[in-house]
Amino acid sequence: MSNGPMTAHGGALAFEPGYADNAAAALRDLRPASDAVDFDFELEHHHDAASTAQLGFWIYLMSDCLLFAGLFATYSVLHVRTAGGPTPQGLFDLPYVLTETVFLLVSSFTCGLATLAMGRRSRGATLTWLAVTFGLGLAFLGMEVHEFAHLVAEHAGPDRSAFLSSFFTLVATHGLHVTCGLIWMAMMMVLVVKKGFTPATVSRLSCLSLFWHFLDIIWVGVFTLVYLFGVS
Amino acid sequence: MLGKLTLAAIPYQNPIVMGAVAFMVIVAMAVLGTVTVLGKWQYLWAEWLTSVDHKKIGAMYIILAGVMLLRGFADAIMMRAQQALAYGGHAGYLPPEHFDQVFSAHGVIMIFFMAMPFMIGLMNCVLPLQIGARDVAFPFLNSLSLWLTVAGALLVNISLAIGNFARTGWLAYPPLSELHFSPGVGVDYYIWALQISGIGTTLTGVNFIATILKMRAPGMTLMRMPVFTWTALCTNILIVAAFPILTVSLALLTLDRYLGMHFFTNSLGGDPMMYINLIWIWGHPEVYILILPAFGVFSEIIATFSGKRLFGYTSMVFATMAIALLSFVVWLHHFFTMGSGADVNAFFGIMTMVIAVPTGVKIFNWLFTMYRGRVRFESPMLWSIGFMITFAIGGMSGVLMAVPPADFVLHNSLFLVAHFHNVIIGGVVFGAMAGLTYWFPKVFGFRLNERLGQAAFWCWLIGFYVAFMPLYALGLMGATRRMDHYENPAWHPLFVTAAVGAGIIFCGIVLQLTQIVVSIAQRERTRDLTGDPWQGRTLEWATASPPPAYNFARIPVVRDRDAFWDMKQRGVDMRASVYRPIHMPRNTGTGFVMAVCLGLAAFAMVWHIWWLAIGGFAAAMVALIRHALDDDRDYYVEAEEVRRTETLRGRTQLRSV
Amino acid sequence: MSAANEIITAQAPHGAVHGHAPRAAHRSHGSLNSYIIGCALAIALTIVPFGLVMSHASIGTPLIIAVFALAQISVHVVYFLHLDRSQEQRWNLTALLFTTIVLGIILGGSIWIMHNLYINMMPGMMPGSVG
Repeated sequence: MSNGPMTAHGGALAFEPGYADNAAAALRDLRPASDAVDFDFELEHHHDAASTAQLGFWIYLMSDCLLFAGLFATYSVLHVRTAGGPTPQGLFDLPYVLTETVFLLVSSFTCGLATLAMGRRSRGATLTWLAVTFGLGLAFLGMEVHEFAHLVAEHAGPDRSAFLSSFFTLVATHGLHVTCGLIWMAMMMVLVVKKGFTPATVSRLSCLSLFWHFLDIIWVGVFTLVYLFGVS
Repeated sequence: MLGKLTLAAIPYQNPIVMGAVAFMVIVAMAVLGTVTVLGKWQYLWAEWLTSVDHKKIGAMYIILAGVMLLRGFADAIMMRAQQALAYGGHAGYLPPEHFDQVFSAHGVIMIFFMAMPFMIGLMNCVLPLQIGARDVAFPFLNSLSLWLTVAGALLVNISLAIGNFARTGWLAYPPLSELHFSPGVGVDYYIWALQISGIGTTLTGVNFIATILKMRAPGMTLMRMPVFTWTALCTNILIVAAFPILTVSLALLTLDRYLGMHFFTNSLGGDPMMYINLIWIWGHPEVYILILPAFGVFSEIIATFSGKRLFGYTSMVFATMAIALLSFVVWLHHFFTMGSGADVNAFFGIMTMVIAVPTGVKIFNWLFTMYRGRVRFESPMLWSIGFMITFAIGGMSGVLMAVPPADFVLHNSLFLVAHFHNVIIGGVVFGAMAGLTYWFPKVFGFRLNERLGQAAFWCWLIGFYVAFMPLYALGLMGATRRMDHYENPAWHPLFVTAAVGAGIIFCGIVLQLTQIVVSIAQRERTRDLTGDPWQGRTLEWATASPPPAYNFARIPVVRDRDAFWDMKQRGVDMRASVYRPIHMPRNTGTGFVMAVCLGLAAFAMVWHIWWLAIGGFAAAMVALIRHALDDDRDYYVEAEEVRRTETLRGRTQLRSV
Repeated sequence: MSAANEIITAQAPHGAVHGHAPRAAHRSHGSLNSYIIGCALAIALTIVPFGLVMSHASIGTPLIIAVFALAQISVHVVYFLHLDRSQEQRWNLTALLFTTIVLGIILGGSIWIMHNLYINMMPGMMPGSVG
């Protein structure tokens, strides 16, 4: 993928209007003077590589969303099949889950701050906020792993029943995504240090922040469907 | 050290399998040997294996599809032969555990490694040219997608020689596919082959949506896109939406098999029916993923070979979108008999009938396009007419089964088998053949031999009817699918007829192989010198045949549908007077390398060779990261070189209409 | 027939060619305010449902909890992802809408089908007791 003209800043995705539509508008402007515009170098090759990448990444995120949809559907159907084993009410510790939820939520906020810092091209602030985000994400993961270990020790592992299989798989898939996000984040921090805010780095950081926010959205679904519904 | 893998995995005692393996090995050695003798490894690597050019990637997809067509068809011949022999007390020649692998491999190969690659290959070759782009949005991902698909296909074929394939049918329903009932490696081969190639397909979906939405030529609004582009857009949206569910279904089955979980097991709360629900949420959109590109192919061909603009463009677009949307609300018709109540069955039955309506709209539009046109009955058009008749019949048998009470009788009978072959062969395969013939000159620069093409068409058409109409009758008589033998001798003549039909199709395939050889030998005679051998209407015909790597020296401004036809009408001179440097992506071996590593990792997962699985996956990630950090991934074609290329190809004045 | 072909010598990477780069630079990047408001709203929308469930309040029904979840997801989408109805975001919004619909179909359809299945096929044994 080429390094096209870069559009800076962060936060979220945006992409320029399809240049075809712009070009159509440009054509309309041209018409009175010259109807014979059959080629125009200025109108071609406008696919802003950065916005195409953002759109592509967004579409991938949508497919990931549907992956989680499959896992949510599986959990919804199978969570009652406890096979005489542990039930949600017996297993879930809501204050604990609230704590890890707040960690992840705040990390989404600090990720936003990192994106704003990137928009200002402030290396120090960007790295600081990314590091904070990383730490909070790591804390979330740590708490989740601890919960899993505790459940396995209590003979409530994923092989105990369909309910537990679907619980572990749904939550762990989210956790795996968080892990990949953290690895990516670490790599991006190294890149920012070594190469600064090149167009590629900025584009990738934008994608990373999209990913991170998306993971928090999925978590809202998870804690609602699994923990809140499970206990109420 | 090697997990479960031992020399005993090679099925020495089974002569049929060993014969097939020997054949595969001989062919592979012959190909590799020829490349070596001709000294073409450097060329192969530099020009093809590392290519990120959509035209080459498309060609390689289609070559894969062609090879796998032969493999899948061999399975078909074996089944037809077995069923023609094994009636009354006869056992036939194929033991049941082998027959089960044959029908499973046949389905998996034909859907995942023949039909999908063929359609994706056509989209790859044609789409960027049709929208006036220079490549797809993410050329590296395109290469990766191709090689992941190849890796999956290789895995399925290796299962013949080392171990065995799944015996579960092409969808591997639990509990049969669970560890308890399928303790061997067959289902694992199935899982990993599909997961690996599934990643490739999902990436293709993302790639093409971004390409179509962001990289169209100036002036090409959505409602000026060719219909093939529209169907490609809807197909790729379906891919992105549906394949994650396949991923989930297979992953859950994998967790059951590898980590002892209980999603679909018979015990501890598992529910096999949830697998069937999930897999068909993917499975139904999948068949529309297969057919929509074919619909697009036919729209292009019918308009071109009738010398007329396609009738009802707007309704075609909306019909395509309707089909795509509706494909998500019909999936239960694949398991009416599973036991949901009448209200659920009624809803899905009605929606299934509704989805036939937009398809009907399309057929009428094609017919009205032909009406009062100057129809040229060259082979692409023959395939199209054959499609319209055959697909209509197949569609009708589908709507018949959409009625739940009827389906209770016909579910999993040979009637069902006849129906889906009717629509897949009549729709997807005919579309693939039509598209191949139509766009072959564009990609390779010369036309396919027309006489052999027509002969092949007639063999396919007649052979299809002879092979599958008996199956409708058999289904109504009570014959079930996937039988390796049967008691009722009254069925025997029908099975023999079906086998004869398969033989006729075989003749068609032989004719097609001959056609390719002959066409290559005679290519100077059928060279396409103008870039527009069929009096085409869309932008891909505005380039030379084959196009230069950058497709268009200058991207035309689009003013109307059938952009190229419009340009011809206005007498636009395609020759440039001014050239500029063109920005192109570099070739890279990363896609190939990653696919090799992931393929090895998948093989290792099948045989529980954990160190190799982890190592292969890690190596693939290293290759990916290395590629991502590489700054030298693109280059410029200098303006002078563009000028030279364009002049060398002798851009002639467009024929005026 | 046009005059002899002109050739434009190699140009700088096309980033510099396009004088109208600003058109491409038109991106909504959000402000500090949107993040702060979003975070505050999200925290509130998290604590309330947790509180309702933990205190076993009678209004803590699944429906109410679900409404809170949807509200919080909307907050994330608007304040963190800056998704709006602007021209730049059009395709992203469309994609999200489509994905939401399909998600609903998958979730709702699966629950409806499987529930119906259990009622019909295991009338005496409602799921929950199946081993």
